Amino acid sequence: MVAAPHPGFLARRHRSYYLFVVPALIVIGAVIIFPWLFTVWMSLFDWTIGSAAHFVGLANYVGLATNQRFIESIVHTFYFTALAVVVPLILGLVAALIFHREFPFRGVLRGIFTMPMMATPVAVALVWTMMFHPQQGVLNYLLSLVGLPASLWVYSPTWVIPSLVLVEIWHWTPLVMLIILGGLAALPTEPYESARLDGATEWQLFRYITLPLIAPFLVVAAVIRTIDALKAFDTIYVISQGGPGTASETINLYLYLQAFAFYNVGNASAVVVVFFAIILALALLLLYVRQRARWT
Amino acid sequence: MDVSTALPLPVSARRTRLRRGWRKLGFAISVAIIVSPAILVFLWMLSLSIKTEVESTAYPPVFIPDAPTLHNFVQVFAENSMGLYFWNSIVVSGLATLVALVVGVPAGYGIARAQAHKLTVLILIARMTPALSYLIPLFTVFQLLGLNNTLTALVITHLVITVPIVVYIMAGHFETLPKELEEAALIDGGSVWTAFRYVALPLARPGIVVGTILAFIFSWNNFVFGAVLAGRATRTLPAAVYNVLTFEQLAWGPLAAAALVVTVPVLLLTIVIQKEIVAGLTHGGVKA
Repeated sequence: MVAAPHPGFLARRHRSYYLFVVPALIVIGAVIIFPWLFTVWMSLFDWTIGSAAHFVGLANYVGLATNQRFIESIVHTFYFTALAVVVPLILGLVAALIFHREFPFRGVLRGIFTMPMMATPVAVALVWTMMFHPQQGVLNYLLSLVGLPASLWVYSPTWVIPSLVLVEIWHWTPLVMLIILGGLAALPTEPYESARLDGATEWQLFRYITLPLIAPFLVVAAVIRTIDALKAFDTIYVISQGGPGTASETINLYLYLQAFAFYNVGNASAVVVVFFAIILALALLLLYVRQRARWT
Repeated sequence: MDVSTALPLPVSARRTRLRRGWRKLGFAISVAIIVSPAILVFLWMLSLSIKTEVESTAYPPVFIPDAPTLHNFVQVFAENSMGLYFWNSIVVSGLATLVALVVGVPAGYGIARAQAHKLTVLILIARMTPALSYLIPLFTVFQLLGLNNTLTALVITHLVITVPIVVYIMAGHFETLPKELEEAALIDGGSVWTAFRYVALPLARPGIVVGTILAFIFSWNNFVFGAVLAGRATRTLPAAVYNVLTFEQLAWGPLAAAALVVTVPVLLLTIVIQKEIVAGLTHGGVKA
């Protein structure tokens, strides 16, 4: 072992390491922290761009609490998020179990499977818009091939959210798969060997060994997916603009309209604060579930 | 040759073999089912982009065009100034990534060596904040400064995306580098800066490559900043594809061609960093 350096030497070095962080902190302060603080500040004003701002205290928040359209947008967001978390999690788990096995061309096929994840959301959304087209879209043609009736897809108030979730599933299941695949790769082999000796079936191996061991990875995937689904914007904006009517208007879409169609900055800022609180609360809830799962 | 195949098999062995065959087939089918949606959407995009307008709106749909044409690509570049928007995207994503590297690589080093993990919590929170919430304050400030509709405003806004990714990836990467070489440099009387510049930095090249590519991709894919802050001439590709092509004409061929032009560079970059993508997409999202 090397002789321990003088404590003052270490402390001095630590201080100089902090200097490395300063330029990044200045940038982060300007483009990330300043907007956070400014948003909270603006949420206390009645302010539309181009007119004078009036301090109104919490009136924007009180207004939101009774704003039917905003409350509906929260409901839409939760509906969208629930579907867009659960389905990719199940499909991603199945896909991960498949890709965990050895088979020919596994690497190439996994590469293809993960392609959607990085594709530009707007480009993907435009292609899906064309596929959803009720008369000329390829999806209704595929339905007709298997004898199912045509759907209105994103043109139906009932089906618009599930249809948008379909795009989300296509786009993000690969990420869930990769996270779970990482978990599977780290599994120990001993428990399987002894369980097999004891005559356990494949299902029992999965249910009582694999599933508990990869549970932490499932939670990570769920947290990431929840955050991203709550924040989903590009695909919804491009495909349905929150319509028909307001049938697929999520918080983010409502926020966009308030801010950049009506320039109602005060109200939009209050929406941001509430929105962020919702995201934070759900993420913490899931992390809490994970902690509990780990201790029991 | 396997001895067992030469001899007549007992019935039970033949049955197991048959069952194994069915199982293999079932597995192959499930692989095909999970992989096909990914590939089919991209193939459909490609198919639409090389079809004539008549064929792309035909019903039943034409999957493989009779007379493939590059006309749609020519059109988006010639009539919809796709070249300009492509250049805008390169400038915005390139500069935002460059600035992120300049401030983010040292920051990642500082965080790793000072064990300042609390700073990464900041990045987690940034990861959770919806992009629109940065946009409202920044839009307001740019309005005051007269910077709206400029590429400068876009580059500044894209730092919201690129800086956290680079800091996060680099902190993780420097964490894995051995400290011994740097210690040696310090004991030889070098400053912390020399240890970073001449010892740690050259070793961190693979991490820098990953950070650069991920930051560039996320910036490239961003739509809403360009959609709100850019003017007609300063739009980035995703914003241009949406605005120009969906409002001025509702033609499927050019739209698909443009979508392909946006996506292909990203897919190519993705191939380079296959394995590190997960770290990038979950950045700040605590590891298991």
